Amino acid sequence: MRPVIITFLLLTLATVGVLGFRGRVNENRPLMLVPDMDFQPRYNPQSESVFFGDGRTMRTPPPGTIAFGGNDYFSDSGRPRLDPDFAQLDDRFYRGKSGKDFIAKAPIEIDLKVLKRGRERFNINCSPCHGRVGDGKGIVTQYGLVGVPSYHDDRLRKITDGEIFHVITNGKGLMSPYQYQIKPADRWAIVAYVRALQLSQNATLADVPEERRGEVKP
Amino acid sequence: MASPFNRTTNLWVARVLVSVPLASILGVVGLYYYAVPEYTRVGYQPTQPVAFSHKLHAGELGFSCVYCHSHVEESPQSNVPPTQTCMNCHQAVKGTSPLLAQVRESWASGEPIAWNRVHMTPDYVYFNHSIHVRRGVGCVSCHGKVNEMEVVRHDQPLSMSWCLSCHREPEKALRPLAEATNLDWLPPKGETQESIGKRIKTDSGINAPQQCSGCHR
Ligand code: HEC
Ligand code: HEC
Ligand code: HEC
Ligand code: HEC
Ligand code: HEC
Ligand code: HEC
Repeated sequence: MRPVIITFLLLTLATVGVLGFRGRVNENRPLMLVPDMDFQPRYNPQSESVFFGDGRTMRTPPPGTIAFGGNDYFSDSGRPRLDPDFAQLDDRFYRGKSGKDFIAKAPIEIDLKVLKRGRERFNINCSPCHGRVGDGKGIVTQYGLVGVPSYHDDRLRKITDGEIFHVITNGKGLMSPYQYQIKPADRWAIVAYVRALQLSQNATLADVPEERRGEVKP
Repeated sequence: MASPFNRTTNLWVARVLVSVPLASILGVVGLYYYAVPEYTRVGYQPTQPVAFSHKLHAGELGFSCVYCHSHVEESPQSNVPPTQTCMNCHQAVKGTSPLLAQVRESWASGEPIAWNRVHMTPDYVYFNHSIHVRRGVGCVSCHGKVNEMEVVRHDQPLSMSWCLSCHREPEKALRPLAEATNLDWLPPKGETQESIGKRIKTDSGINAPQQCSGCHR
């Protein structure tokens, strides 16, 4: 009986030796044991295309067109807007301008919800460079990024909401445009939060409600 | 005539009687162990064209996942960032590093970087990132500690039974919405994952689909 046992032992050892254990780190494409309909003749997002010359499934919009989607239109992700502005004609909301001038105040209603949204988006998108309090000392500035201004200097405290919106949308100098990452409504929320940051860093005792001034320590 | 049941035959009969069940058992155990996604997928770690490190960017530097995977909260698919996103920083940071040569080339030419895909569900499965992330399932439940990985590897099996085991008991994974992208989140003192998960589950009325048409639509 011994040869049988030994054969099986060797077989098992050889299998484990070749195949290894679960969770081993490897570079081989996962084995498709039964490929069923795993790969259907359709294009998935960010996949490769054999049809288009440049190999991209996701097409870049032709020049002069405006993409629309998401909540503006029919989709899974919420109710369609009742008055979708597909052409993005509203200069105040989409460009922060009225005629040639930047608008002074954000064209949205600002409440606590918007500010919280703005804080979240700011911490995600802006804080790496501008820092969590907007002092221009984000972590990337320790790695060679220079020229990030503090929001709390006089010039930036005086610029209009529309101009901040414009900087987020189109970038400025070394700062890249963020219009591809952040939707217009979120950009306005960020503008509102930047304003709140500026207030918070330049607050005086007069800004504190009367009955709570006792709690403030100099 | 000699009996057919001599010593050698007896031995062979015994050997066969032992081998057949043993072989079947080992075969079944082997299939169970090896022919499942826990073996075939978990640990898959393709080499990427650029030596991009999540450990550095998402871990040490602390960038949010959403800075790069910017549509994960509102789209079924979690996008891999375009070259522009890298260049937001890398125009100024390490602007001449040879490790980033391909990124700069891609930026100049407009040819996308051909990242190798790690996670994939079959085409007959409907999966949606936004619903999971916006209902309080953290990235870590499905992708593991990406912020500690130098190169991303497949951490969870993504098999049907794995999806279902969470859909049956989501309270084991649910967390406050704001912590969905915080991979190091732990329940605060005095609370357990279960108690928080249960509360979130009842508060937001979570009812993950277990019927076939939920995921095969
Ligand atoms: C990759 C780093 C980086 C990120 C991320 C970043 N910025 Fe900037 N930002 C800069 C730099 C650099 C400047 C200086 C640009 C210049 O004047 O040349 C700047 C300038 C600005 C200014 C001042 C513009 C002026 O008129 O001088 C504002 C306002 C601003 N950023 C807002 C934001 C907001 C809001 C976000 C988040 C959506 C953001 N930035 C994200 C790097 C960054
Ligand atoms: C600086 C940009 C950046 C940040 C921040 C970032 N990622 Fe990524 N991520 C990438 C890039 C680029 C890839 C594609 C290359 C790769 O797989 O390494 C990727 C790939 C991935 C993949 C594998 C995708 C596949 O092919 O299946 C996962 C999972 C992932 N990221 C999760 C995360 C999580 C979770 C976080 C937050 C902790 C995060 N990422 C933060 C840029 C980023
Ligand atoms: C928000 C800013 C930011 C973004 C966005 C970003 N990086 Fe980085 N990256 C950094 C910083 C900071 C370092 C650290 C540089 C150092 O160690 O001096 C770094 C380092 C690197 C390095 C190592 C370079 C070297 O020579 O050591 C690589 C490679 C890299 N990043 C690739 C990428 C890729 C690819 C992307 C796009 C998916 C990306 N990065 C997006 C900030 C960023
Ligand atoms: C419920 C589980 C689950 C959660 C939570 C989850 N993912 Fe995923 N992720 C998946 C699955 C499944 C896939 C494969 C999707 C496919 O094939 O379409 C995937 C794919 C990806 C990809 C690659 C997409 C592609 O098309 O190449 C990235 C990047 C990614 N996830 C990032 C994230 C980030 C960042 C988070 C957290 C904000 C996250 N995921 C949360 C399950 C999850
Ligand atoms: C860690 C927990 C977890 C895992 C793993 C998980 N899910 Fe979910 N899933 C949820 C929760 C929570 C919901 C939200 C239910 C709700 O909103 O009521 C959900 C909802 C869904 C929905 C409903 C979307 C809709 O539009 O109604 C689908 C489809 C889905 N999951 C597919 C999958 C698939 C496919 C996998 C495996 C690749 C998976 N899930 C893995 C927790 C999970
Ligand atoms: C939570 C989401 C979910 C639900 C609900 C679900 N499935 Fe699946 N199913 C999956 C995923 C994910 C896969 C792909 C598994 C893989 O690739 O390993 C799959 C694969 C399959 C396969 C192919 C298996 C193979 O490997 O060939 C069949 C058949 C199937 N499902 C049938 C069903 C039936 C029948 C039901 C209803 C009882 C059902 N599924 C419910 C997520 C789901």
